[in-house]
Amino acid sequence: MENDFRDLSTKLFSQLQANEVLLINYEEEKSDFSRFNHNRIRQAGFVHQQYLKLDLINNKRQCSASFNLSGELESDLSQAQSLLNNLRSQLSYLPEDPFIHYATDINNSSFYGENHLPSTEKTITQIIENAEGLDLVGILASGEISQGFANSLGQFNWHTDYSFNFDWSIYQNSDKAIKQNYAGKQWNTETFQEKISFAQQTLPILSLESKTVSPGKYRVFLSPSALHELFELLNWGGFGLKSHRTAQTPLIKMIKDGVNLSDKISLTESHKTGLTPNFTQQGFIKPSEIQLINNGRYKDCLNNHRSAKEYGESTNCNIEHPQSLLMNAGSLAQNEILDTLDTGVYISNLWYCNYSDRNNCRITGMTRFACLWVENGKPIAPLGVMRFDESIYHILGDNLIALTKDREEILSSSTYEKRSEASARLPGALVEDFTFTL
Amino acid sequence: MNLSNAATLFKQVVPSSIDYWTLRLSVDTVESLDVRENILQPPSIKQSCGAHITVVHSGGIAYAATSQLTTAGFTQAIDQALRWLEITKQHSLVRAEDYPRPKKSGSYQTPVVEAWNNSTANDKISLLHAINKDLNISDAIVDYQATLSRRETESLIVSSDDIHIEQQFHFIVPGFYAVANKGSQTQMRTGGGWSSARQGGLEQLASFNFPTSAQQTAEEALALVDAAECPTGKMSLLLLPSQMMLQIHESIGHPLELDRILGDERNYAGTSFVTEDMFGHYQYGSELLNVSSNASIPEEMASFAFDDEGTPAEKTYLIRHGKLERPLGGASSQTRTHLPGVANARACDWNRPAMDRMANLNVEPGDKSLEQLISSIENGVLMDTNKSWSIDDSRNKFQFGCEFGRVIRNGELKEIVRNPNYRGISANFWRNLTSVGNDSTFEVWGTPYCGKGEPNQMIHVGHASPACVFSNIEIFGGA
Repeated sequence: MENDFRDLSTKLFSQLQANEVLLINYEEEKSDFSRFNHNRIRQAGFVHQQYLKLDLINNKRQCSASFNLSGELESDLSQAQSLLNNLRSQLSYLPEDPFIHYATDINNSSFYGENHLPSTEKTITQIIENAEGLDLVGILASGEISQGFANSLGQFNWHTDYSFNFDWSIYQNSDKAIKQNYAGKQWNTETFQEKISFAQQTLPILSLESKTVSPGKYRVFLSPSALHELFELLNWGGFGLKSHRTAQTPLIKMIKDGVNLSDKISLTESHKTGLTPNFTQQGFIKPSEIQLINNGRYKDCLNNHRSAKEYGESTNCNIEHPQSLLMNAGSLAQNEILDTLDTGVYISNLWYCNYSDRNNCRITGMTRFACLWVENGKPIAPLGVMRFDESIYHILGDNLIALTKDREEILSSSTYEKRSEASARLPGALVEDFTFTL
Repeated sequence: MNLSNAATLFKQVVPSSIDYWTLRLSVDTVESLDVRENILQPPSIKQSCGAHITVVHSGGIAYAATSQLTTAGFTQAIDQALRWLEITKQHSLVRAEDYPRPKKSGSYQTPVVEAWNNSTANDKISLLHAINKDLNISDAIVDYQATLSRRETESLIVSSDDIHIEQQFHFIVPGFYAVANKGSQTQMRTGGGWSSARQGGLEQLASFNFPTSAQQTAEEALALVDAAECPTGKMSLLLLPSQMMLQIHESIGHPLELDRILGDERNYAGTSFVTEDMFGHYQYGSELLNVSSNASIPEEMASFAFDDEGTPAEKTYLIRHGKLERPLGGASSQTRTHLPGVANARACDWNRPAMDRMANLNVEPGDKSLEQLISSIENGVLMDTNKSWSIDDSRNKFQFGCEFGRVIRNGELKEIVRNPNYRGISANFWRNLTSVGNDSTFEVWGTPYCGKGEPNQMIHVGHASPACVFSNIEIFGGA
């Protein structure tokens, strides 16, 4: 499709009038989706979607339009031309916009991932056969994702990649389950089988009677997945330039009151190790990394094109929300986690986090799946689900005991509108006095 | 895009040998205007258009979705669906013969009194600028914005049984916010329908107090910054409809969705504390609780004549006098469980399959005025406009927070309090419903942002409710 996108763009650029600048973004997805319940297929199918977005700029005014492509060049060109004319007439009545911002240096780039995906038929057969007798529920998504950018100044960028993401749970009973994920670019049968074997070995403890704990403060271990759930909330507004300059960041106390996290905490938006394209929708090339928090102190923000212009910074991201979050590792070895936890809760997963006091970065949420009550370094029983309500300033601040030496690569399984390419690499965290409330 | 022409083209392409097929075509257009801090943001118009094809054949069920509404596009999509059909034949959870086949054709159109184009773009932009002025009342207001959007969705469902269902929906999506800050204390107050929407035209704006409540919204943001934290303790809770919406959604709507009860959502959105054997006798709430699925309130967001499986909609009680009567399950789930349900199999767009989604889920009005509700409370808090929501995967242990609180003492409204939160357990909470507001307190709300499903879907839902009082609730503030 890259050639069609080039042709379409070139033809549209040739129709621009004096002083007009046109930015064109292209997105395409060809995905197989198979939804499982009780280790059978609940719903399955294929989705092919192509979008084109036009941003027309002239005389400090800008407006945009997007539509689905039909795949027939003449028809798509005709629709794009019609939209371009509509945008042109809109511009005439718009006031000036002081924060229009797009790349004017020409930076071409291209990335073509190799397709090593197995056939979906084989993968599904393998999943169902390996999970025979297990109550498996989840989603397998796989296929090709492409993104393109072109502007009338002469820049062209392209990104195509192939990936799969199998996100599933194996249920023991009621709400007790092992949550697992296997995602990447090349399916390895042994790796998948090892994950199923691990689940089979872990399931028996979930059949024990649940431990009910009273509300109060507990020593807990947050797995990388649990920590990721906290960051899924914190990422919304936590690191964006606009949210910082308008005092809406949940990390406001780090900015205004000089509050720090533990010096064990360093966070980086690592574009160079992530899966998203290296260009933004305005044609800026992302820096390889941005240090968000350095040894517990707030450092830099994520600045999208518009915030960058408004607040006098340089553009360093597509959206002001980490897409490739990297957290530094600690010193706690994997085989020392339970002994160091001693007595408390091993939290495998958190769920449905939200703020109970945003200014104090206080978050509430639930434990979910295979959380375990641990005594003297030994898992004793599954935990009956508990609500927590705790500040990030304690979890990653004065109550943080240790981070693990090993980090886990987490590839987002989100598929709202399209398959996500966000990722994170996080350690686990041992935390004192973690508050359960209900 | 002419959907009828696309359907005709599809019928020319689809093999006649397929046992049964459905085609759902949709065009969704969103036009947005935003003015933030007196600057018009680049206006946008976004159109999503495509086809969702389902084939049922020889014991398999599969779908394919494509934005290519051409002979080549339909041919490729049918090939993809047939490829999946071969896989599902061997491994399907549900029986192909149970796939729902709609029996009735029909049409629906949102009533619109004042069309979007009755007002020029310049007029709308001027209105948004005027709202910005009303929001910017102090140096402590550090961010403010006003928005006005329209959304039009046209859908056509046809099937190999010659069913033809055309529906056209018009939505108006208004709102504004003001953010106040002093030191490290920031409070946001929203108004004018922010985070909600209605079906209809510009005539719906007045119901959201758009633009008339802009200055009050900013004043309340400023007041919240200086307000005391919400008190802590077990006391009475008066929820206005803007928060009842969320309470209904999370602790009645989702637990009653039949696909969750069947386990389809256990890996993502979760399961339910409600089980199939509870319907018909379980006491969900107090005698005052009456809940309906009602797609016939024209301005409510999820009003329609047919769901996306083609099942005709009608007003149906789910809970009557506190007793649980039936779940929220579309035709597919009803067949799987042999339980009655409602017309609520819905898809967020052409690129996703239909599944059980609450549509308009409403609490029916009672007999108390707002003044009577307030005067009935000795010690409590009034809460308005949701800002935080969290609930466990069985939809039982919840904690919700609101933008705005006011203490009620000895039957009178007293001081404003910030960060009002409350928590509880669904299975007990509705039994503590002690008073239900009358028609004068009844308001139509909803959200465009209900997330669920694998692959994920974000869809609009409607919730209309009176103000309600709950007793003995755990309430608390921030810090």
